[in-house]
Amino acid sequence: MSVEPLGWGLMLIVAVMAVVTLATRWGGVFIMSFVPIGRRVRQFIGAMSGSVLVALLAPLAVQGDGGARLALATTAAVMLVLKKPLPAIAAGIAAAALFRQI
Amino acid sequence: MHATNTPLPQCKLDRHLVWAGFRHMVPIAVFVLVFGAAFGLAAMQSGLDAAWVVLMSTLVFAGAAQFAVLDLWGAQVPIVALALTVFAINARHLLMGATLYPWLRQLPPARRYGVMVLASDANWALAMQAFGRGQPGLGMLLGGGLALWLFWVLGTWLGTQIGDVIADARRWGLDMVMGCFLLAMVAGERKSLRTLVIWAVAACSSLAACRYLPENSHVMAGALAGGVLGMAWTEQSRER
Repeated sequence: MSVEPLGWGLMLIVAVMAVVTLATRWGGVFIMSFVPIGRRVRQFIGAMSGSVLVALLAPLAVQGDGGARLALATTAAVMLVLKKPLPAIAAGIAAAALFRQI
Repeated sequence: MHATNTPLPQCKLDRHLVWAGFRHMVPIAVFVLVFGAAFGLAAMQSGLDAAWVVLMSTLVFAGAAQFAVLDLWGAQVPIVALALTVFAINARHLLMGATLYPWLRQLPPARRYGVMVLASDANWALAMQAFGRGQPGLGMLLGGGLALWLFWVLGTWLGTQIGDVIADARRWGLDMVMGCFLLAMVAGERKSLRTLVIWAVAACSSLAACRYLPENSHVMAGALAGGVLGMAWTEQSRER
């Protein structure tokens, strides 16, 4: 099914996007309200929270261009040395920008 | 019911905490502003009206999904494919909500779901970091979310007005803002052998999913693999 992105059609598109996104924001909390929180579930949640980030980042690092890789490597290096997120992020972005200018 | 060992003060949510979270997020949100401008420009170039672009950013507030939708744009937009794409890219919110649940459940339902309306990568990561340190995190989630949302909408609007200025956000490394931010969060976490193994499994599963599973399923696959391993593998003398 397709709609024309004009008037009501456009309104429908934006509404679908908003509702689906809101459902993902609420869904996890809603589902968990039926799950008793025991030790195992706590461990699951704890391990999953870091894993979400790693799973997001892994393809960026492996499939990204040189600029993306350099940015991530720089951020990681600065973060491990300085332990401050903002300089690490700034350095990463600067590294990607520099790489892509050349 | 299991006795909870989460101290209640961590679930505090008042004006001061929200404001603190907002201020904490502003430096990151400035980057989001530019990213939003890039979206505003791209959306205009796809043929959307400025007012609709801003409305979309206001109501949807999900950068990656909004960019992806532009790829589907044309004279006709396939609505089911659109809904599936948005769901797949935003499915990570499901995981975020689940990881926040141990703290959120101590709020009344209206506030619990109210706070989640603005849940997004960066403020979720800051909230989890705060909880991990034993500090209150819901202010980070709500205040940080407000900052991100405000700058995202503002940036989108700017992009529709003066987009040419940031015509090439990628060239300036601005597509890497979220990646670098999230990596900084990961690198700052307390690491043990167990954590590193779990992360390695999550990374490998995510990469395998990129190759063999449908598009946009990699975050879900990696996070669930890491979570299941974490559930099976109990750390000795684990204390919260």
